[in-house]
Amino acid sequence: MQWQLLAAQLINGIALGSTYALIALGYTMVYGIIRLINFAHGDIFMLGAYFGLIAISSYNLSLIPAMIISMCLAALVGITLDRIAYRPLRQSPRITVLITAIGASLLIQSLAQLIFGADYRSFPAKAIPIKIIRLGSIIITNRQIIIFGTAILLMILLHLIVNYTKLGKAMRAVSMDKEAAQLMGINVDRVIAFTFAVGSALAAAAGILVGILYNSVDPYMGTLPGLKAFVAAVLGGIGIIPGAVFGGFFMGIAENMVVAFGSSTYRDAVAFAVLILVLLIKPSGLLGKRVQEKV
Amino acid sequence: MTKRNIVVTALLAGFYLLVQLLAAKRVLLPYDLQILGLICINIMLAVSLNLINGFTGQFSIGHAGFFGIGAYASAYLTVVHDVPFLIALCAGAVFAAVIGIVIGLPALRLQGDYLAIATLGFGEIIRVVILNIPQVGGARGFSGISRATSFGHTYLFMILTVLIIKNFISSYHGRACIAVREDELASETLGINTTFYKVSAFTLGAFFAGLAGGLFSHYMGYINPAANQIGFLKSIDILIMVVLGGLGSITGSIGAAIFLTLIPELLRGLAEYRMIVYPIILILIMLFRPAGLLGGKELSWDALSRFYQRFAGKRQKQRVTGDGSE
Repeated sequence: MQWQLLAAQLINGIALGSTYALIALGYTMVYGIIRLINFAHGDIFMLGAYFGLIAISSYNLSLIPAMIISMCLAALVGITLDRIAYRPLRQSPRITVLITAIGASLLIQSLAQLIFGADYRSFPAKAIPIKIIRLGSIIITNRQIIIFGTAILLMILLHLIVNYTKLGKAMRAVSMDKEAAQLMGINVDRVIAFTFAVGSALAAAAGILVGILYNSVDPYMGTLPGLKAFVAAVLGGIGIIPGAVFGGFFMGIAENMVVAFGSSTYRDAVAFAVLILVLLIKPSGLLGKRVQEKV
Repeated sequence: MTKRNIVVTALLAGFYLLVQLLAAKRVLLPYDLQILGLICINIMLAVSLNLINGFTGQFSIGHAGFFGIGAYASAYLTVVHDVPFLIALCAGAVFAAVIGIVIGLPALRLQGDYLAIATLGFGEIIRVVILNIPQVGGARGFSGISRATSFGHTYLFMILTVLIIKNFISSYHGRACIAVREDELASETLGINTTFYKVSAFTLGAFFAGLAGGLFSHYMGYINPAANQIGFLKSIDILIMVVLGGLGSITGSIGAAIFLTLIPELLRGLAEYRMIVYPIILILIMLFRPAGLLGGKELSWDALSRFYQRFAGKRQKQRVTGDGSE
């Protein structure tokens, strides 16, 4: 009985962790390029969930087109956010941009509450009928498999974009050295906008997946997963793409293990405890390199 | 005591007497008095956060955690152990300060946005821990707290807070804190123990936030561990006051605390738009005046009279040139 519970929570953890990983990728890419903790990222995740929900329930689309539309819309929101709130502050102190990001996060949240209402909403059951798959005594639902599969697919896509396209190459160049990249003829602002677009699209996909996993969508759903995904990014080493994936799975599994063996009321504290331990012991993250402070 | 101090003391005492008189005459209703008390509590929070964020340059977004500790610890003492109110109040503040040291020592090794996230994390951990203590009501909230705080208490403690923080900043130690803000590495080479000053400022800030918390829980008679009471949203509320008034300006924080506490009351009908207007204010300030409305400057009689003289001087000059042309 004990190990069955363990296996069930492990599977839950992997499903949840794959969504954290998707959100964490957006954090880590944006941080890698402009050294900004994009607080509003969790709220774009929430918007993504709403876009998907509306596409499925009001326009009767099936899951895949709904997800593509939601990702495109979220990418637009991400680019707009960067253009309005962050681009004018490129030369400002980082704290100024951080406060702006907090403001942007609250603004998106309140606007969503005004537009979509504060109540919980859920995906129509017919969108993805639940099927249960039994492996011996372990129970897996098809939703968990869809979530995991979609997340892995998107990660492979991101890997291809970052490593094998010209824009991906430009992204890596900008994150290494912004000035030098500019001198090489890279349009830095366009690359940053592209990064926001990709990150936001991934977050939107994660939003739909989480909406399916918990079957509930509300304007505040982005705050905690956003913070946890940020912790995941820090854990793996912020700015490092494989680190974010590793961190995401780690956070998802750790959270479910605490629920299995401890108290579920402490599940949200886990993330912050992990964060503080990482920051104090190895601030550059598990996969990160230490950078010396220069005078 | 200089002449100015006497005048300021007289003005502050006069305001208090005026409020009491108006309250006795029923011009000010108990509800108005409650708003005035909340303004005082918010001033304490804003000024104490400004000491950490504005003057010492250590960006903290977990200030509400200390507010929560003070609120719950003092309420626990008065309700469960029948400790006299003022003693419980001080004990709550001291407890918040001790937690401030415990959190500050490791966290303040971090810088910039990492510190911000760490303080956010600590703030949330404090909230979750309080949520899980059944003796203080857990998620239902802590009710049945005696309403021991009067407007006089909040007013007095607000003045004490502002006075102590103002004097701290003008002292040798406060200068050291400002040096840390300006350039941590340089101040360290000048022999300033940067860790000591960062943790001191953090602890002092936590102390006053805890004091404000104790006053608050005994003012309302009830407190719950929601995000907008002692969690992230409350921290952001305080942060907005500090940023709006100006990082490193005490008078700015006071003004912003008064303004932002009154605005929702004056715009009752627009209450639901409050959480849309606040973030817009925050973003606009960051875009156009990142140092806050007052910047690092203080509003004082000197500054006002200087401004007046400059203004008057300009007019006089205009008159002179005007005469000359005739």
